[in-house]
Amino acid sequence: MSSQIKFTDITAGQQRRHFRENDLGAFENTYKAEITAVHRLTAIENLFRIQIVDPTDRKKFVFQPGQFVMLELPGIGEAPFSISSSASRHGDLELCIRRVGSLTNFLFRLDRGTHVGIRGPFGTGFPMDQMHGENILLIAGGLGLAPLRSPIAYVQENRNLFDNVDIIYGTKEPSQLLFTYQYDMWRADDVNLHIIVEKGDPAWKGPVGMITKVLQDIFMHRHADYFQKTYAIVCGPPVMFKFVCTMLNERSIPMEKMFVSLERRMHCGMAKCCRCNIGSTYICLKGPVFDYWSVMNMKEAI
Amino acid sequence: MLFRILKHEDLKKLYDLLSRGNRVIGPVRKGADKDGNPIYAFEEIGDFINIHLDYTTTKIPAKKFFMPFREVMADFRIKGKDWEKKIGFNIGSPFIVFGMHACDINALNKLDKVLLGSHYPMPYYAAKRKNMFIVGIDCIPQPYCFCRSMGSDTALHGFDMFLTDLGDHYFVEILSDTAYNFLRQITNAEPTESDHARYMKAASEKNRKFTAHVDTTDLTKILDMEFQADVWKKWGDQCLSCGTCANVCPTCYCYGVDESVALDLSRAQKIKSLYSCNLIDFAEVAGGHNFRPESHTRLKYRYYHKHRGFVEAYEESLCVGCGRCGESCLAGITVPEVIASVRGGEN
Repeated sequence: MSSQIKFTDITAGQQRRHFRENDLGAFENTYKAEITAVHRLTAIENLFRIQIVDPTDRKKFVFQPGQFVMLELPGIGEAPFSISSSASRHGDLELCIRRVGSLTNFLFRLDRGTHVGIRGPFGTGFPMDQMHGENILLIAGGLGLAPLRSPIAYVQENRNLFDNVDIIYGTKEPSQLLFTYQYDMWRADDVNLHIIVEKGDPAWKGPVGMITKVLQDIFMHRHADYFQKTYAIVCGPPVMFKFVCTMLNERSIPMEKMFVSLERRMHCGMAKCCRCNIGSTYICLKGPVFDYWSVMNMKEAI
Repeated sequence: MLFRILKHEDLKKLYDLLSRGNRVIGPVRKGADKDGNPIYAFEEIGDFINIHLDYTTTKIPAKKFFMPFREVMADFRIKGKDWEKKIGFNIGSPFIVFGMHACDINALNKLDKVLLGSHYPMPYYAAKRKNMFIVGIDCIPQPYCFCRSMGSDTALHGFDMFLTDLGDHYFVEILSDTAYNFLRQITNAEPTESDHARYMKAASEKNRKFTAHVDTTDLTKILDMEFQADVWKKWGDQCLSCGTCANVCPTCYCYGVDESVALDLSRAQKIKSLYSCNLIDFAEVAGGHNFRPESHTRLKYRYYHKHRGFVEAYEESLCVGCGRCGESCLAGITVPEVIASVRGGEN
């Protein structure tokens, strides 16, 4: 016997069997993706369309509405972004991004054709299958429409599977409204679209106030049966969750049928760095989509 | 488990055998504190004479050898709009840890659960962890040790062999085939009935030496109930938010990732650095919102993760009770005191 201890090559096939589900290599598995289009949405938000370069990888890249990817700009950094496009388009993603920090500032200077890195998809998605045959309330505040656009696309593509569909969207000012060019298309699909701003401008003809005002108005005209068969998806600033979810709960929509998406800054997306940790919950692994009952049981979640 | 008896004078033979062609890490004396007490550290050993197996505890755990404070995760070569990413798991050469206390072995077991046994195993850690051979050694409880309260005063697994000093010889527990084969090459003997009795006597003597205790009964529930307690603010006012506790903790694994780019923009690196949840920007999110802006909320989060969150996820605490955090804390905050005060004890 040799006196030297044996060197274990962790990449060797034999060792892989010790690990469950995922190959060790998955940890830093980056897809190279190309920026194929950039749309300006508002003064500070752009929609980036990115496509995984390798056609085989592109086909394999499947995600659920609500999941996110880690976008990497080599040498600049990496950050999580929820996917805001239809899940039926594999490996061809749209990310609605606000220019807010160093990474996004750099991203806004990139041209079409630039390669970025994509890891993922990570996290949990909205359980769209569960909602089949039910009413659905899609409630977004501000940039919250970005992650909500993916379930909206799902609802549009499978409109016959849902009963009553309402999209309720509020921002501070009309100039901050995202995806304005799509509103007519959403309405055309027999979707009730309600938009409200906190502060109007001379051109604004719609309602002014908080998002809860819209909810109140809608609920006034809904029969008690409606609430028995309703799912809600809520995305927006944390303060909005409390008000909106409390209102929904008062109307007897169970907390298990309300879904929210929590956001944290993440450094790995794979439940290791703990940056997104709330108590024992890794947002990147068990979230970002949670039902409201789970959120109620988490300290400092919102 | 197999048990053997090894004479004191044969330990050097074991060391020589293990160190042949292998790196050996062990406790060495690095200096002395202001009272003249020795300060120990895990270092690479060149000679058996440098190992201090009777060490109290090291200031910094051995984690720097399997979870470096700074590690390059990937290299990029950038060419205009395109780039290539090269991932390296930094597989080092195998090494032997000669003389690891039970608490530190238990710390490794806990790290294994989260870094190897979870949904996405971490290859950077696995690369080093899978290449370790551990010789454990029994210890004398120090005033700040509360490993007994945390159930980590003895190690049941996670080592290759474990030595207990019985005066003139060592009582050896063998857990791995590699350890068995090493030991086969030197003189050793089957333990007798009297050795067993002496081992048990040594164990009960050790138990009596613990002075610090933590009452962990219902601790997860109590931490949940006392989330808004004022006592956290008291500790928060005292805490300097320096991150020393995480630095010296054998189980703290949280990290941050930074990227750096070469001046000519042709190369870039993705670098992982260990971080601490006590540092101010740990829970900051996009747009600058901070979920834990005050020092007491961060201190509370650290206790919450160690003593409640991890228990919920893995049915055990992430603390092994080595007491390093309390001993190194510049503000004198210790785990037994904090937990006692949260439980409503005198403080």
